[in-house]
Amino acid sequence: MQLEQMYQEIILDHYRNPHLHGLREPFDAESFQVNPTCGDEVTLRVHLTGSDENAIVEDVSYAGQGCSISQAAVSVLTDLVVGRPLKEAMQTEAAFAELMHGRGKVEPDEDVLADGIAFAGVAKYPMRVKCALLGWMAFKDAVSRVVAVPSSS
Amino acid sequence: MTEQPPRTTGASTPLDVATIRADFPILGRTIRDGKSLVYLDSGATSQRPRQVLDAERFFLETSNAAVHRGAHQMAEEATDAYEGARERIANFVGVGFDEVVFTKNATEGVNLVAYAMSNAATAGAEAERFRLGPGDEVVVTEMEHHANLVPWQQLCERTGATLRWLGVTDEGRLDLSEIDSVISDRAKLVAFTHQSNVLGTVNPGEQIVARAKAVGALTVLDACQSVPHAPVDFGAMGVDFAVFSGHKMLGPSGVGVLCGRRELLEAMPPFITGGSMIEMVYMERSTFAPPPQRFEAGVPMTSQVVGLGAAVDYLNALGMERVAEHERQLTETALRELGAIEGVRIIGPTTTEHRGGAVSFVIDGVHPHDAGQVLDDQGVEARVGHHCAWPLHRRMGIPATIRASFYLYNELDEVKALADAVRESQRFFGVA
Repeated sequence: MQLEQMYQEIILDHYRNPHLHGLREPFDAESFQVNPTCGDEVTLRVHLTGSDENAIVEDVSYAGQGCSISQAAVSVLTDLVVGRPLKEAMQTEAAFAELMHGRGKVEPDEDVLADGIAFAGVAKYPMRVKCALLGWMAFKDAVSRVVAVPSSS
Repeated sequence: MTEQPPRTTGASTPLDVATIRADFPILGRTIRDGKSLVYLDSGATSQRPRQVLDAERFFLETSNAAVHRGAHQMAEEATDAYEGARERIANFVGVGFDEVVFTKNATEGVNLVAYAMSNAATAGAEAERFRLGPGDEVVVTEMEHHANLVPWQQLCERTGATLRWLGVTDEGRLDLSEIDSVISDRAKLVAFTHQSNVLGTVNPGEQIVARAKAVGALTVLDACQSVPHAPVDFGAMGVDFAVFSGHKMLGPSGVGVLCGRRELLEAMPPFITGGSMIEMVYMERSTFAPPPQRFEAGVPMTSQVVGLGAAVDYLNALGMERVAEHERQLTETALRELGAIEGVRIIGPTTTEHRGGAVSFVIDGVHPHDAGQVLDDQGVEARVGHHCAWPLHRRMGIPATIRASFYLYNELDEVKALADAVRESQRFFGVA
């Protein structure tokens, strides 16, 4: 059944027990993103250390409300970017966006996306892609308020 | 019109839904992995019967030409088809044929009035009653669709007038306890929905119109969710303006209707200007045609208007009282079936009194989007989200709802399928 492909256990686990949930200090920038078609929202903070070129994502904290897809995606995001060089985090962001825009035709790389590969099924539902990308949009936006975003391509 | 569209009288013969469904080929399709379609999103857009599709096609294959232009035979036939539809649509809602203005959709109808009121600032003395300024008030309700809220917010910003609103009770009714202070002598316009697209609530139009008249305020009725589903008579109701859309009443998209009382349309300045809406044009200035042409600049949507005329014929042939009674039964069943499921909460009135067939609800522990995905997987096409009524959802303390909305082609079994799908969503997400 297609539904199980979309709602993989990994997604439901992140939804029920979100990682690094909550808004924390210190932070360098905050972004509020909303999906106007459904009302899902997320407020996300980033805390970076180090200089522009070699910045490290020290912390990502967030709060929001929305469907399991949008909320689980932010939880997975924290797994993928916290404690890692910003450059790598932005490459991961690009890989996740590519997967989500792939209409189910992009083969995800587990080495890059880890739990993020669970969202491959969501990519087959165009109306839900925005849900999965909401937190990532907030991350990109918050980072861009702190540093010139490194090219991810 | 009467306070409540009659929903039972004269409806002794039930609709023959099986025969009706045969007119809607789309209802025979399947969803996802071969599930029978259960279409419960007519509040967003309704499906169209063959009679409407055929009318559009027949017009395009026989008489297509630009209306109100030229003197050739085809222009004559096209204009007759267009104006003939106007007359039938006007009769359908109890107004004169020259009180019907065709717009792109209902949203444009609301904007037409809002921008005409802005334009009144620089128009002649006859437009005086449409002028707004600081100290004046525009009154709406907390249950409005964004289409009957945002244009008035914007009008207030442009003119310096103040926006006020009637609140909503926990049960999903308009709170009219302070109607006399909210609609005060400062009110110049009162815009309200006839039937909420989320709650299903039918508002007491007569009472609101009476209060607006008492303080000399104009009234604008959003009838998008009432005209398709029950007998509605704007003339009897006494509203100054009313809007509804074609695609929610078996008609095409791309056509909406603005009804306005003759004397008001005659005094109201235009919104969109250009060809067809003029009387005389000189290099320095122009004068304008009488309504409704004054408000229909450019070549109008024509096959869509013809299609909407056919939709009205289809509804008239069935009888709106029978349609309303059929939907009342569907709504009653939905309220009972959904209300019986533990963890399901109906957002809006829980009886069919003064209530139409939009049933919104939430499920404990399952986000509406996730529930909607399970419903879709079962073939049940319902809408999830805030349904363009964000402030209303905020008022009810919820971010989103699942909405089932019914029409004349829905069967009682489909309501049961909805309830089954809701239970399946609870099972899938492990909350039941």
